[in-house]
Amino acid sequence: MSFKDHILSSFIALENEVETNNYVHKLRGEALKDFENLGIPQRKEEAYKYTSLKSLFNKDYSLFPKKETSIDYGDIKKYLIHQIDAYRIIFIDGIYSSHLSQTTHDKFDVCLMSSALNNPKYASVIENYYNKLATKDGLTSLNAAFAKEGAYIHIGKNIAVEKPIEIVYFSTGNEAEMMTQPRNLVVVGENSQVQVIERHQSLSDNAVLTNCVTEIYAAKRALVDWYKIQNDKLSASLIDHTFAEQKDNSEVRIHTFSFGGKITRNNLSFYQRGEHCNSVLNGVTIIEGKQHVDHSTLVHHTAPNCESFQEYKQIFDERAVGVFNGKVLVDKIAQKINAYQQNNNILVSDTSTINAKPQLEIFADDVRCSHGCTIGQLDDEALFYMQARGIPKKEARALLMFAFANSVLETVKIPEIKSRITKLIATKLGVEIGFDL
Amino acid sequence: MSKYTEEQLEKELQNKEYEYGFYTEMESDTIPIGLSEDVIRIISAKKNEPQWMLDWRLQAYRVFIEMEEPEWANVNYDKPDLQAISYYSAPNSKPKYDSLDEVDPELLETFKKLGISIDEQKKLAGVAMDIVIDSVSVATTFKETLAEKGIIFCPISEAIQDHPELVKKHLGTVVPQKDNYYAALNSAVFSDGSFCYIPKGVKCPMELSTYFRINEGGTGQFERTLVVADEGSFVSYLEGCTAPSRDENQLHAAVVELIAMDDAEIKYSTVQNWYPGNAEGKGGVFNFVTKRGICEKNAKISWTQVETGSAVTWKYPSCILKGDNSVGEFYSIAVTNNYQQADTGTKMIHLGKNTKSTIISKGISAGKSQNSYRGLVKIGPRATNARNFSQCDSLLMGNECGAHTFPYIENSNSTSKVEHEATTSKIGEDQIFYCNQRGIDTEKAIALIVNGFSKEVLNKLPMEFAVEAQKLLEISLEGSVG
Repeated sequence: MSFKDHILSSFIALENEVETNNYVHKLRGEALKDFENLGIPQRKEEAYKYTSLKSLFNKDYSLFPKKETSIDYGDIKKYLIHQIDAYRIIFIDGIYSSHLSQTTHDKFDVCLMSSALNNPKYASVIENYYNKLATKDGLTSLNAAFAKEGAYIHIGKNIAVEKPIEIVYFSTGNEAEMMTQPRNLVVVGENSQVQVIERHQSLSDNAVLTNCVTEIYAAKRALVDWYKIQNDKLSASLIDHTFAEQKDNSEVRIHTFSFGGKITRNNLSFYQRGEHCNSVLNGVTIIEGKQHVDHSTLVHHTAPNCESFQEYKQIFDERAVGVFNGKVLVDKIAQKINAYQQNNNILVSDTSTINAKPQLEIFADDVRCSHGCTIGQLDDEALFYMQARGIPKKEARALLMFAFANSVLETVKIPEIKSRITKLIATKLGVEIGFDL
Repeated sequence: MSKYTEEQLEKELQNKEYEYGFYTEMESDTIPIGLSEDVIRIISAKKNEPQWMLDWRLQAYRVFIEMEEPEWANVNYDKPDLQAISYYSAPNSKPKYDSLDEVDPELLETFKKLGISIDEQKKLAGVAMDIVIDSVSVATTFKETLAEKGIIFCPISEAIQDHPELVKKHLGTVVPQKDNYYAALNSAVFSDGSFCYIPKGVKCPMELSTYFRINEGGTGQFERTLVVADEGSFVSYLEGCTAPSRDENQLHAAVVELIAMDDAEIKYSTVQNWYPGNAEGKGGVFNFVTKRGICEKNAKISWTQVETGSAVTWKYPSCILKGDNSVGEFYSIAVTNNYQQADTGTKMIHLGKNTKSTIISKGISAGKSQNSYRGLVKIGPRATNARNFSQCDSLLMGNECGAHTFPYIENSNSTSKVEHEATTSKIGEDQIFYCNQRGIDTEKAIALIVNGFSKEVLNKLPMEFAVEAQKLLEISLEGSVG
């Protein structure tokens, strides 16, 4: 049975489980049709020219876990930023785990997508925001057809959420091959602030494929700070689609740290729909083995006087393959834009590959757009300098690589995350240096 | 260096509605429109070609009919109806002339309007020209001077007759018949073009030059250029283009192949000023060209282009850096105005060790035009110590035009260094103000700034071309300042 047939037959099973007489289910039906027409993206499509999803979709995934699994806090503690107090929304095999989570409805909603979808109280928010921003391609449609769970965050006006929100999706590996379709919706009101940490983590070596869609709406003067930590098992793959819409004077920052996973594809799309917005897209990628990380970014400037800033630092070893496809689109009315894009890569081995395609499409004349892309190596003289002073080669290399990635790390606002990332980098580079010099 | 004065510019600006837009009334030998195997047989027979050439054309045609017209470029146009084109058109006063006196006086008049008085060229510029007018070469100058050095510079149709071994050996080795849709079409129906062979160790003493024009209405121009520089040789080749004003779109699908053997160097410069269509975007030439060169050990190929004409330009002069230590360069200025569209750039394929490439691309868009840079830098796993530097700058004039960059970088070698930079900006009001303050009016200030913006590329052109190119830039952008 082909993947497509499998999906179509599973949809009937889904219909038995969820409420079918509502707005969202109508969307599901339409999305399924779109998926049928569009299918899985192929390499002959420009957007997936350098990333083949073939090896991901030849498996017989189960789309729904057969039974609920519970896990102890001790088992997952190391995957959380446990040093700090945080709201937590934790899912196990796509099912919400209430005893591990800490949600709230007090001043704002940090809760579940399933309750938001089914509770009439949230109907107006869902109808105004749900699936309104996500663009239609085969995979986002697939997600829309099957999505029923995820994080739902709705912050009203003038609220600074006092602690970060951690969203973690665990896969237990109870199924041999599991595919999940998480769906997050984040609506941040005027003058409000929120910090989010997102992570997808597999707990076994069974194959996992996550096809995640997140929609973020930032109202006027809102501030969203988002951290994606991707350090999954080598058996797990992630296709992430994140869409952000910004109104006047808002700022959305998304940091992506990619260290793990078999194939990771990050689609980040920003739509600036108000003046004086600022969008920040930062990333650090350090991979080796046969790992594959693909960053596809889009910043669409549709209003004047905005800024966007992208910085991706990437290091590839062994047979790793990296892709960076950054696109900046400036509409005719979006004058006085300042768009900046920087992509620096280090190839450590001769068998690693980077394919970069930094694109600018500009229709306005009074703009400042620049992009830079470099591919190079570590400076031999700097290495020698350190070795001459008694620093072993391995550590010297690690220090240089850390320095290379540091400009991105410096923009991380939560100290605990920063120290967690530095530790991850140290482990990744096989050294025991704290880097917090 | 320029003899060209401001008064001249002013005069030119007044009647700048395509100055080369005239039509020479000459009897032409045109075959009926349409494309089929028979047409190819007729072309081949008319040119009295050997059997192997006909077979090669037919092979290309069979590949061609299996192919589909590509659509990935960032351009919009009505696809040319290939069945509505006549694939062969030759000025009627054949055969060859022994001296200039025998040449059709009207043809000479045409050349005069183009500013290429053959006598003058001979005396002043020292340029040997192979003039292609509607598919057939009618005048070749300086041939004897070149022959003394063993340099072969002649129409490719002549080369097929006189030097079949060279043509057979090299034709299609850089751009194979099945390379792409328009290259396949060209391979099947190419009418004429230039062939150039520089023997071992010879430095070509003068700039070789070809002038392409499209004259007869409704004919496509399918030239084929083959330049072979044998070991240790050097050649600088100029190609300039002008075409008469026409309303229907004319197709130009040329193929240029450069072969630089060990230690050889080829410098290929183009000034393209074909009819861009009028201010409403009507008419104009479709310029779909495949240009590619291959470098053996220590060889160097340098492409320089100034693109100001054509309604739709779609071309990527490329270098395959096959040999160790070979060098590829690409310097380009693409100017689009009114409704022109350009999707141009280069490909640098690094295969050998220590290969270097430089890409400098300057795009200027004005009016309602769209200007795209699309380039590929590919570094193979064996190309150790490869080095690339790319810079793409775009200048936008007016708020209805667009500038786009699509750079592809594929690197699989850890010892290579690749740098890519791109900027997009407009002419600063402060810059114009500065000029105005010093008594330079806005129009001239723009010309000055554009010239400065393009300097890096203009400097790479041979002198007589640089003058013409500078002039072209100014004319192309006239009236684009709002």
